[in-house]
Amino acid sequence: MSSNSANDPTTAPSWPERFQILAQEARSPLLKDFYEAGCVAPDTPISEVPMVALDLETTGLDSNQHSIVSMGLVPFSLTGIQLGAARHWVVRPKLPLHQTSIEIHGITHADIEKAPDLEEILDQVFGLLKGRVAVVHYRSIERGFMDVALKWRLGEGIQFPVLDTMAIEAHLHPDRQPSQWQRLLGKQPVSIRLGDSRTRYGLPHYAGHNALIDAIATAELLQAQIHHHFSPQTPIRDLWL
Amino acid sequence: MQAELIDIRNHMAHYPPFDEMPEDLLDQVVGNIEVEYFRAGSTILEFGTANHWLYYIRSGAVELFRRSGELYSRISEGEIFGQFGLLMKQNVRFPATALEDTLVYRIPEETFQYLFKSDDSFADYVEVEDKSRLRSALSRREKSNELMTSRVTRLISREPVCAPCTVRLQEAARIMTDNGVSALLLMDSDSDHPRLKGIITDRDLRTRAVTEALPSETPISEIMTEDLITIRTSAFIFEAMLTMLHNNVHHLPLMDKDEVRGVIALADIVKYESQSSLYLVSNIHRQKDSSGLKKISRDVRDSFVRMVNEDANSHMIGSAMAGIGRSFTQRLLELGEEKLGPPPIPYCFMALGSMARDEQLVVTDQDNAMILDDSFVPEEHDSYFLALAKFVSDGLAECGYTYCTGEIMATNQKWRQPLKVWKDYFTDWIENPKAEALLNSNIFFDLDGIHGKTDFAEDLKSLVAEKASNSQRFLTLLARNALNRTPPIGFFRNFVLEEDGQHRKSFNLKRRGTAPLSDLIRVHALACGSRAQNSFERLKVIGKTKLILDDDLGNLRDALEFIAIVRIRHQALAIESGHEPDNNVHPEDLSPFERSHLKDAFQVVSNAQKFLRFRYNAGVGRNVQ
Repeated sequence: MSSNSANDPTTAPSWPERFQILAQEARSPLLKDFYEAGCVAPDTPISEVPMVALDLETTGLDSNQHSIVSMGLVPFSLTGIQLGAARHWVVRPKLPLHQTSIEIHGITHADIEKAPDLEEILDQVFGLLKGRVAVVHYRSIERGFMDVALKWRLGEGIQFPVLDTMAIEAHLHPDRQPSQWQRLLGKQPVSIRLGDSRTRYGLPHYAGHNALIDAIATAELLQAQIHHHFSPQTPIRDLWL
Repeated sequence: MQAELIDIRNHMAHYPPFDEMPEDLLDQVVGNIEVEYFRAGSTILEFGTANHWLYYIRSGAVELFRRSGELYSRISEGEIFGQFGLLMKQNVRFPATALEDTLVYRIPEETFQYLFKSDDSFADYVEVEDKSRLRSALSRREKSNELMTSRVTRLISREPVCAPCTVRLQEAARIMTDNGVSALLLMDSDSDHPRLKGIITDRDLRTRAVTEALPSETPISEIMTEDLITIRTSAFIFEAMLTMLHNNVHHLPLMDKDEVRGVIALADIVKYESQSSLYLVSNIHRQKDSSGLKKISRDVRDSFVRMVNEDANSHMIGSAMAGIGRSFTQRLLELGEEKLGPPPIPYCFMALGSMARDEQLVVTDQDNAMILDDSFVPEEHDSYFLALAKFVSDGLAECGYTYCTGEIMATNQKWRQPLKVWKDYFTDWIENPKAEALLNSNIFFDLDGIHGKTDFAEDLKSLVAEKASNSQRFLTLLARNALNRTPPIGFFRNFVLEEDGQHRKSFNLKRRGTAPLSDLIRVHALACGSRAQNSFERLKVIGKTKLILDDDLGNLRDALEFIAIVRIRHQALAIESGHEPDNNVHPEDLSPFERSHLKDAFQVVSNAQKFLRFRYNAGVGRNVQ
């Protein structure tokens, strides 16, 4: 998926225009409805953008080989993360669980035996995604897995803009990997992982690797990033990918 | 509530008023929370605006202000705010600002009202504007450098309350009550221009007047304190703090030349700096027995770490730690005198070494001695002073000040002698110096009287200041001692590390850094006839004599400060990570900045040693290590 071109206003249609086109092309009613709900204008200040933090736990890193096992979503804005509207699901993966992934997210075979297929919860997922800009930490996972998972179930993939808190950290720390020479002098690399990034903003430690807690953690991190490095007036076009 | 939000619920369940709330009720609260992040310095609640939330601090710290802009409270993790406005259905009463980067959980007004109606302990908690809660909130760790950068005048909010020193006891008490002050300044009104003559405090009224049942008509001049310890208007708050620490006084008249401008009370500083070393010191003096002292001695390390985190300089930390050590000693002496009865003859308890220099840190042993009145008769008096010395020494050991391995303690008969013997000791050390004997008596040239007849110690300081500068041979041998320990740098500015023993591959910042520096500064100071004990103070005196060029003096000061602060940070880090603090640093644990500057600082030490060798012709002789 070539999402980055959306960032370049001279060569690609902006996200609202793209949503219009996609709404016409979509065959699945779910996706049509999602695109028709529209997307905020690129010059909307971030303080006025309805957002939703999204986090997936998966059986591995390759969206073509691995599956989603759980999903956490929490709607929020720059001034409030609504815990009451937060949702978390365990879903049954198409592919078997690996022992290593069990160790990471703690979801076991017993948990997923009773779990629904992703298809059964898509209505609710889109209920939360609709009309909001998704916020993730490391966009390849969330966007890649959502795209593949929908291709399997609806026969067509999905495109949507994201704010990527990891990309923002990467942008803020371009020289995060010290050279061999700097390493000799004791310079430590700057980690842009979720927990380490949060520490830089004085955010608390959460016992990690639960999709909902990670989604909340990502939403908090975005609020902190905006207050430290941007401003509530920053237009969304400067940030989305 | 989604079960995955358990982390959030568990956090709240640790703090009142949520700690006693039924689980399902707390789940409902969590299900209604909104989370918001505030950057340090940003406004959370503005005075007079509408507020519809109760705020819970998940991380960070928040300052609440009064309408006047005065600080009302500082609160942090696990505490709530915003309840006063919600209760009164009013707009914001206490505006709130994020002191640090802060994450808050906001509980909506409807949930708050529901909790207030359905949960008694919640209602009790939010309703009580408990003073003690506020105090504990203020004493929480806070990041603030105001002590270092603010002038004492900031603490003065009123004209000084004065009275002529001819006033009677009852009248003095009435003036203090009417004006709501805990200290009254007493003026000598004989001349046209009244001068500050004395001070009387609440405590004096209690201990000197009421317990003695003095008649209300007693002239106040009979019980006032006359030898006043004051501070000048240009001083920083931390200097006022050090002055109080050093002298154990709770009120300082603020002087602009001869004019008195106000009084600074301990409480004024505690407001700035709760749980500080000063707070600890006043706590030490309140303890009723040595087990109480032992208990609060655990706070010493916290106080140390806190000062380090507040970027206090080494002088401030060293003085504060020495002030704390001094207070433990003083209180133990008072308790000992209570237990054993009043001393049969006057005596002075003397601190030696780092405590006398105001350069104490947390890893320290006790070095002390007793000067007895010349009327001392060993058979009659010594059993008392031995018992007292032992009481203090054992008490100090209980409080974490280990026994001196060299036996330089008042429990050792050699260091528990009448003033005339002490004068003989010092005269002999200075006029007939012997290398070996001097090596062991080095420490006596940092001395300070801390209890009893402190004049005795002043006598010894005068004697040393007079004689030392005239004895070239003494200075030469002392200089030679000061060259015994060399800084740990070799060719190409590499660190020279200890090759064997427990501390392999490290170097000792005290033995190789601060100690050689304070040794060589002591030699110059004694050569200048200085009575100062603190190394920074000694450098000032040396500067006035032009013995050392200004540039070199500045370098020495910076080198001492830098090595000391690296040593201090190293100890604070160890304490924070639960290790036993020591003085041994591994170069790889230092940042490149610290490594490079340490090498520069050690180079300064090395150059200063070369100068010392040349100046006192101390080149011949041993150079151990």
